[in-house]
Amino acid sequence: MSVASTARALPTLMRVGFAEAVAYRAEMLVWVLATTMPLIMLALWSAVAADGPVGRFDQRDFLAYFLATFIVRQLTGAWVAWQMSWEVRTGALSMRLLRPIHPMVSYAVENLAAVPLRLVVAVPVAVLALVLLGTKSLPHSLLLWAVWGLAVLGGWLITFLANVIIGCLALWTGSSVKVMDVWLVAFMVFSGYLVPVELFPGALRTLVAWLPFRYQIGFPVEVMTGAYALRAALWMLLRQWAFVLGLFLVATLVWRRGLRRFAAYGG
Amino acid sequence: MRTLRRYFGLLRVQVRSSVLLGLQYRADFLIDGAISLCWTGTALVPLFVVFHARPEIAGWNFAEALVVVGWFTLLEAILEGAINPSLTAVVEHIRQGTLDFVLLKPADAQFLVSTSRFEPWRSTNVFTAFAIWVFAFVRLGHGPSPLGTVFALVLLASATLLLYSLWILTVSAAFYVVKVDNLTNLFGSVFDAARWPVQIFRGVLRWVFTLVVPLALMTTYPAEALLGRLSPGALLGSVVGAGVFSFLSRRVWLDSLARYSSASS
Repeated sequence: MSVASTARALPTLMRVGFAEAVAYRAEMLVWVLATTMPLIMLALWSAVAADGPVGRFDQRDFLAYFLATFIVRQLTGAWVAWQMSWEVRTGALSMRLLRPIHPMVSYAVENLAAVPLRLVVAVPVAVLALVLLGTKSLPHSLLLWAVWGLAVLGGWLITFLANVIIGCLALWTGSSVKVMDVWLVAFMVFSGYLVPVELFPGALRTLVAWLPFRYQIGFPVEVMTGAYALRAALWMLLRQWAFVLGLFLVATLVWRRGLRRFAAYGG
Repeated sequence: MRTLRRYFGLLRVQVRSSVLLGLQYRADFLIDGAISLCWTGTALVPLFVVFHARPEIAGWNFAEALVVVGWFTLLEAILEGAINPSLTAVVEHIRQGTLDFVLLKPADAQFLVSTSRFEPWRSTNVFTAFAIWVFAFVRLGHGPSPLGTVFALVLLASATLLLYSLWILTVSAAFYVVKVDNLTNLFGSVFDAARWPVQIFRGVLRWVFTLVVPLALMTTYPAEALLGRLSPGALLGSVVGAGVFSFLSRRVWLDSLARYSSASS
């Protein structure tokens, strides 16, 4: 399981993952439809902002915010928790363990390989946003765009690692789908997916800053809609990657501990 | 009459076996209850934030909007306890090809799959719904009107029928798209919009939520009935709408079933 052999296998894994995403394109469509929540929230907040701005947000700002949210969600999707829970229950995980590649790498690649297909949905929305809003609300420096790139990557990593940790719980409990449901509710409410974090009242905002959810969606979206100057953006990026590191350590630990308990049924 | 009695007997057997099965998982009751309580509490946060920004939106104030949330919570409880478990089982049947065994039985397949699993202990949200209503009406300073309550009960029946029909339509999709883990996800995220009074949405979206995916008929209208401001016309429309929807979903189910070819053959 050397680094070199993993690196050699990556392009192939990527191709396989992409082919799989294309094969299950109907499922992808269902998934994309399930992530249209920001558009509903957009309608809602537009109605709220119809007679004057809310905080610093007027209707245009809400439009920019929620279209950006939709795009970022497409780019940061991961579903490893369900995958692992299913594979643990059916014993299919043992097949994955037999392969000469670390299961975490293969999960990560499978999930990343779906991104190109999701771009098919995200790009038209981005174009639409540009046509409707112009470039006024976008960040103007190249550095900020670099921060955005890292923020999206960080957001994906947090989503992925949280999925892995919850997926590993299935090694103890048999199924962790229920836990994932709870995580998802917290994610929706506290990530800025339904409500921009800035609009939360004071105490709640402080709480949100110390939870990982905001760094999954809210932070990249805020960078994309020009809410930060470079300095503030870098500071937030640091916090985001601290979460990435922390979750990575926990995920590694849980995976190692949990795997000892794994006994393939049937498989 | 005899068929009706036979199906009633079948229903009793199915419920009994569900309950016996459920009694094995008593710990789940507490866990699920705690989880759904947190769920409902957390899901209220956007409502608080919205009404923190404005005292009234599209003719609804905070307490009135809470009545809608109460209905949403109640329907969610029905969904979780009576509809979801059975229909998740169908999806699994379709994927594994074991639906054959259901189809071979000498009773209507839709009836069999719809009643195959009840999990009433998942319905702790019923209590949450009542708590929300009590809170809302205390804030409003008056109780629901008697006539409105009668209307609301009629609407509860039609809303449950609608919910069930929508679920059947979603599950019918499983015959076409076999990898359907996230169909339930899709359903959940669309249904989530029912948390808000439909008047908040404008243009196409309101039209969609009234006629295509009739979320308005499920939560907004019953809430308006409780608040005593639903017109009899809307009530009639809801009942007719629920009828049409259940007829449609039955047709679609039968058509999809005709397409089903066992996974193993």
